[in-house]
Amino acid sequence: MIEVLTTGAANSIQDLGRNGRFDIGVSRSGAMDRLSLMIGNALLGNELNAAGLEIAIFPFRLRFDQPARFAVTGAEGAVTLAGRPLPPRWAASAAEGETLVIAPPDKGARVYITFAGGIDVEPVLGSRATDLKSGYGGLEGRGLKRGDRLAVSPKPPMRAFGAALDPLAALDFANPLPIRAVPAAEHSVFSADARKLFSRWSWRVTQEADRMGYRLEGPELKLERRLELMSHGILPGTIQVPPSGKPIIQLADANTCGGYPKIATIIEADLWIVGQAGPESRFLFTEVTPDEANAALRRQRLEIDALARTVEVARSLAG
Amino acid sequence: MREPITISFSGGSALLLQSNSSRFDEQFQKRIWSLASDLQAAPGFTETVPGMNNILALFNPDEIAPEQARKELTERWAKAQPLPRRGKTVEIPVVYGGQNGEDFKPWARHCGLAPLEAAQRHAAGTYQVAAIGAMPGFPYLSGLDPALAIARRSTPRLAVPVGSVIVGGAQAAVMPQTSPSGWHIIGRTNIALFDPHRDEPSTLAPGDIVRFTIEDVWL
Repeated sequence: MIEVLTTGAANSIQDLGRNGRFDIGVSRSGAMDRLSLMIGNALLGNELNAAGLEIAIFPFRLRFDQPARFAVTGAEGAVTLAGRPLPPRWAASAAEGETLVIAPPDKGARVYITFAGGIDVEPVLGSRATDLKSGYGGLEGRGLKRGDRLAVSPKPPMRAFGAALDPLAALDFANPLPIRAVPAAEHSVFSADARKLFSRWSWRVTQEADRMGYRLEGPELKLERRLELMSHGILPGTIQVPPSGKPIIQLADANTCGGYPKIATIIEADLWIVGQAGPESRFLFTEVTPDEANAALRRQRLEIDALARTVEVARSLAG
Repeated sequence: MREPITISFSGGSALLLQSNSSRFDEQFQKRIWSLASDLQAAPGFTETVPGMNNILALFNPDEIAPEQARKELTERWAKAQPLPRRGKTVEIPVVYGGQNGEDFKPWARHCGLAPLEAAQRHAAGTYQVAAIGAMPGFPYLSGLDPALAIARRSTPRLAVPVGSVIVGGAQAAVMPQTSPSGWHIIGRTNIALFDPHRDEPSTLAPGDIVRFTIEDVWL
């Protein structure tokens, strides 16, 4: 078992999310930065979909009541185990009674803690992800609180090691983050000015940014003509433009249907960047084709697969 | 029967097929159901989200290239015949008005009806589930008496309680969970519309018939 000592209610158990029940209104949920969760799982030889902790409120502290293996990935900041600092993207062993402390990150917004064997909670609708909005999955459908105890597999110690795969290295949060998006259904109904602004403006993430969605601040995006849309299915990454003209990015816990005009959909391969961008970050959107979107995702998968294989070889060499 | 449609990409692995009209059409919706059922067996397609006169079709780009998926969807739509779906009938008992139906009287007044009459007309209707979505188990119901329609509130409420019987625009619905909503609350039911731990989590499915019955009216 591990015991949560310090947390915020927005910290939760997440895996890669629920698929297959969008048709009855079930959101995908899952990690906001799926890439970092997968890296954390790959480091431990887990299935990439194993459940870990998504930490967005800091500091976070937990105590190991048993020996276990874990990894810390995602946002970078001070991480200590029993007072000893751990480098970023590092997998290590904890002894019984040791405390892991995650300080507010210097770079990025969300830290992932994964455990060898994953966190053992009952899957709901095929996933262990917490749906905070609808109140199921994870631990009783809620965020973590002090005193929560979570079941992880007991594991003997291993030599600590790190991941060479470092997606965050390419991100400069002092400048607009490049995000790729595929033009969506109503893209052509926006005014020529609006379409130009969409891909040239440096959009600021407002304080209204959570697992459901991010509101962006920037110039008003106007439509050429009034549109009355009926409710339709939307996916995480959809950029809607409500009558205010200010875009909203729909994310992991978003509703499965919406009625606002959509200018673009952020590609799956770049959604992790959104997950690591907190309020005041800025986005610069680049339009890409569906083929480019899929090629980017395939490259990402190859990188994760390569990491998983390296870990396997390293572990067999280490004995 | 060749209503103008638009097909567009929602990212790299989903297509949205939608009617160009902004008026809900029952025949069109029956073709949407038919397409959704056809796509279940279509190679490369993984999931569908039928909406109101539209459908979002998810595909696996490792199995079917985006342009091929678009072509496939276009062809299957052309062949989709209205599916004469009439599902189960579900009765939903409603307590109209009172503390749990705070918009009941203003809504009746807006419709130019006495409160009791408004409740009776709401309960006299035969509604059909057009789609489930937005939140788990939320039914988009067609069949609201046009005289009972009311524009949505200009400011949505942050928490409309589970079980609230609501109207918004020309649509009727019931809240499956407590959530923000801009629809008007006319009553309350005890029927649970969603339970993630049941074999079939959603009480209602597209094509189902819904009848509201009057349990009580607070005048």
